[in-house]
Amino acid sequence: MIKRIFLALLLLAVVVAVAFAVYAWHSELPAMAASDRPDFDAATVEKGRVLAAAGYCATCHTAKGGEPYAGNYPVVSDFGTIYASNITPDPDTGIGDWSPEAFRRAMHEGVDREGRHLFPAFPYDHFTKLSDQDVDALYAYLMSEVTPVNQETREPTLPFPLDLRFLQAGWKLLFVDFGRYQPDPARSDAWNRGAYLTEGISHCGACHTPRNALGAEDPDRRFAGATIDRWVAPALTADNPSGVPWSARDFTTYLTLGADRFHGVAAGPMGPVVHGGVAELPDSDLNALGVYLADVTGAGQRDDRASDATDNAALAASLAAGKPDPAWRLEQGARLYVSACAACHYNATPDSLTATRPDLGINSATRLDDPANLIHVMLDGIPADEGSHGVVMPAFRSALDDQQIAAIAAYLRATRTDLPAWPDLPARVGELRAHAGTH
Amino acid sequence: MIECTINGETVRLDADPDMPLLWALRDLAGLTGTKFGCGIGLCGACTVHVGGRATRSCITPLKDVAGAHITTIEGLDADGEHPLQQTWRELQVPQCGYCQSGQIMQAAALLKDLPNPSDDDIDAVMTGNLCRCMTYPRIRGAIREAAAAMKEAGTHG
Repeated sequence: MIKRIFLALLLLAVVVAVAFAVYAWHSELPAMAASDRPDFDAATVEKGRVLAAAGYCATCHTAKGGEPYAGNYPVVSDFGTIYASNITPDPDTGIGDWSPEAFRRAMHEGVDREGRHLFPAFPYDHFTKLSDQDVDALYAYLMSEVTPVNQETREPTLPFPLDLRFLQAGWKLLFVDFGRYQPDPARSDAWNRGAYLTEGISHCGACHTPRNALGAEDPDRRFAGATIDRWVAPALTADNPSGVPWSARDFTTYLTLGADRFHGVAAGPMGPVVHGGVAELPDSDLNALGVYLADVTGAGQRDDRASDATDNAALAASLAAGKPDPAWRLEQGARLYVSACAACHYNATPDSLTATRPDLGINSATRLDDPANLIHVMLDGIPADEGSHGVVMPAFRSALDDQQIAAIAAYLRATRTDLPAWPDLPARVGELRAHAGTH
Repeated sequence: MIECTINGETVRLDADPDMPLLWALRDLAGLTGTKFGCGIGLCGACTVHVGGRATRSCITPLKDVAGAHITTIEGLDADGEHPLQQTWRELQVPQCGYCQSGQIMQAAALLKDLPNPSDDDIDAVMTGNLCRCMTYPRIRGAIREAAAAMKEAGTHG
């Protein structure tokens, strides 16, 4: 009995292994010489250029300081470093001998022309959603516009057995939902276009969706936010921490300009996604991205308007916190006093008073019913032969106008004494200004 | 003719009695260390000492300083080694430098009056001396260090 169970299990194991092998095995597709490639019309090449930008392919397929698309950019993962492939049309080290069919298989299934499984650092789990026409356009662009570069792609530094490419088939079986994008007929054309771009070529979830222990995007936490290159790709859901909720128009502005007034700038890994990336898309596509992303973040009906933050509490609080403290030099008199007077008239403690630095709060000039003395001194100062001999107070006659001198006087009277305010000060200053020099 | 003492030397200046002291110092006495800033006594760049007191020279008429003793940045210390000038160099306080002679002259007067100034004291007295390069934290630091050095040396004026 035990023997029969063992044999049954063994048989089952063999069947599973054979089935996996059948699933995992892909034939090599024939090489295609450059001369055998189909002709590409200019419109298709241009479409491919825009799509390559929207997928910011060059960002990962170009090493720092290297030739565009020549590969060897290190994608550092928790499992090891994978080097992006050379996808220039070089026949020996790039994809120069790939047919359109081979390129489609790579994009849609993550298998190279030779039949080897690609590592999912290449986001074929997104590109599988691309239409054949779009993949062909990308092919047309890469083959006709990119300069061939002869540069071997470095081998990944993955530990055994993760470096076994055929095991990648198991990862695909577990985590990848293969197939082209299926429009949702209940949604608008713009929403569907935005979803197609977001989930497909622009592969937003590759950074903004957290990954599970085996490095696959967690479908239960779509766009919940994740770390990338020690930066945070924030949540694109209702959990997004922005003080002002994102609207569709905000997303469109941000993805077009790399910045939005309520949402900061596209920095770090997001920089190239926008600049030379999705910003190359036509306006209709950028609008569509906004419509879809606004829906993902739960913006609801605020679809095509920019965020209105006039009643946003976080913004109001932030602006209020940045305002100068109203208690801080509230009035002009105080401001002028600290600038023009305090340098000489400030006193720290009772024992620091000196005759040459009069404290104005206890000075009769400030405490008289008539402000004339104070105003006179402010207007014309004290020459060396008056007051403390040899000490001078400058004349503010030409520096401050009637209203400013009145403000200083009123400030001193109000803050240094408990005496009633002087009436009609500016007029009084004007009167004394006109009658100076007769003493 | 107005007679006064500038940096220890008696000088006779044949000038309009209403000429600002700053003008006389720079153009007649040739002492250009003192700077013209706002011209209305609100920035402190023109600060000199008159009778030992920090004074804005741009709004001080020449006639008012007749007989007075005036000290400019050139005369603060014969060798440029006033404790403030030393700490100013040690902390590399200046950036563009334009306001700094006024800052130092004001600070010197401050330390004479308040040998152990608190930060509040420094702020209150120095607020009238503007610095467009925002060197305020270093100015404050240099004043504190100079105060400490002068206390140690017992050289408080």
